[in-house]
Amino acid sequence: MNIVRAHKLKDHFVELLRSASSQLPGDVVDALQQGFHQEDKGSPAHMAMEIILKNIELSKANSTPLCQDTGTNIWHVYHPQHICKTALEEMIRDATEEACRLSYLRANAVDPVSGLNSGNNLGLRFPVISFYEWRSSAVRASVMLKGGGCENVSTQYALPHESLQAGRDLDGVRKVVLDAVFKAQGRGCAPGIIGVGIGGDRITGMIEAKHQLWRDLADRNPVALLDKLEQRLHDECNQLGIGPMGYGGKTTVLGVKAGAIHRVPASYFVSISYMCWASRKASVTIAPSGKTTFHKRVPRSMTCNTPNCKG
Amino acid sequence: MKHIQLPIGETDIRILKVGDEVAISGVMVTARDAAHKYIIENWPKWVAPLLKDRAIYHCGPVVRKDENGYHAISAGPTTSIREEHYEPQIIAHYGPRIIIGKGGMGDATLAAMQKSGAVYVHATGGAASFIARSIRKIHNVYMLDELGPPEAFWEMEVEDFTGVVTMDAHGGSLHNIVRKASEKRLHALLQ
Repeated sequence: MNIVRAHKLKDHFVELLRSASSQLPGDVVDALQQGFHQEDKGSPAHMAMEIILKNIELSKANSTPLCQDTGTNIWHVYHPQHICKTALEEMIRDATEEACRLSYLRANAVDPVSGLNSGNNLGLRFPVISFYEWRSSAVRASVMLKGGGCENVSTQYALPHESLQAGRDLDGVRKVVLDAVFKAQGRGCAPGIIGVGIGGDRITGMIEAKHQLWRDLADRNPVALLDKLEQRLHDECNQLGIGPMGYGGKTTVLGVKAGAIHRVPASYFVSISYMCWASRKASVTIAPSGKTTFHKRVPRSMTCNTPNCKG
Repeated sequence: MKHIQLPIGETDIRILKVGDEVAISGVMVTARDAAHKYIIENWPKWVAPLLKDRAIYHCGPVVRKDENGYHAISAGPTTSIREEHYEPQIIAHYGPRIIIGKGGMGDATLAAMQKSGAVYVHATGGAASFIARSIRKIHNVYMLDELGPPEAFWEMEVEDFTGVVTMDAHGGSLHNIVRKASEKRLHALLQ
């Protein structure tokens, strides 16, 4: 409780949202630069990558949203025992409203019944907040902004899949991921990052897929078979030739990240979460002393399945 | 780069071909999901002068208001295919010459553009701060309260708004070309 009230967490959270909305993590910028250099000069793909890189510079310099769709805000908050989560949630909601007022975030919450926009980016389960207790005495909050365009091309398959001849194994997983990236074409704002959740049920599988999007692009999967699958899919998705914005080109995805969780014998779901090139993430750690550290890259501990794993 | 001044007539628009890079200047209006639905259900007369020989931009901008009025802070394109159900009718009824968005549109819109003389210009998705720089002034906003800031009609003056013609007035579609080529590669990879 004290850490929440004492250290003006709301202000830190507003800063976190500003940073997430206007600055991309370094690994994503590096991958986009690499993509820019490999597209043919004078092609629409090359022009798109050039504009993307200019946009990254401008957004950072002026603290303006990289993309006007500031998306669903997905918060992961790691906290010590005996902390008041209600207070934390209030701080996050207050910070969200403030960030919207400051134009770091768009008013994005629409009531599907009335059709009305709430006007302050707050709504029911909006933003999305998950709490994880951990053994550290610090609070660590990470936020991911996931736009609607890429969420719309995210999808879920049940194996076996007849028309793709995808069976209940990792090769079947490979086939449906390729199909999903093909179907998305440029609509998810390619080049994208593909999070894959293998197994689970229809909800936990998709959560696992989204969870994979926290990983650094350079991060290698500790499970050898999944690592191999990720590398192969990265290469094969780019062979599809969809390219930036779907203009045709070499850079269709910046990375593929896969995680597997247990399934019941009857179900074999493959959940695919497509993240646009504007993969906006930011993280902050607040120590009990009040010392605050903003992370340019999301710490490893955020990307493990269990919150207490060493990060 | 081809420079386009709005309003633009049918003859000039039919000169454009798939793959052309364009820089658009003039006054255009944003309309996305709720705006398209509203138009189709009401066929409002006040929309006509905003659309005739001009451009519809699929965009839900981040807009800031100060004593000088509204300013677009971040204004990239949204995915256009969601308007596929509405756009052919809007093109036939109001006669816009350019549809701007991202991701391309379907065969019904392509046919409507071929018939009426209109093109689809693809803006760079996500490049919202970059694009906002080409929005010089917001002249007006319509239905802000009813539709909310991202979905209202924002009438804006742009200068050298850049994009790529990916669907032209002759039935050409870069999206169809890329889809077909990638489908071939997909089948090879599924073997």
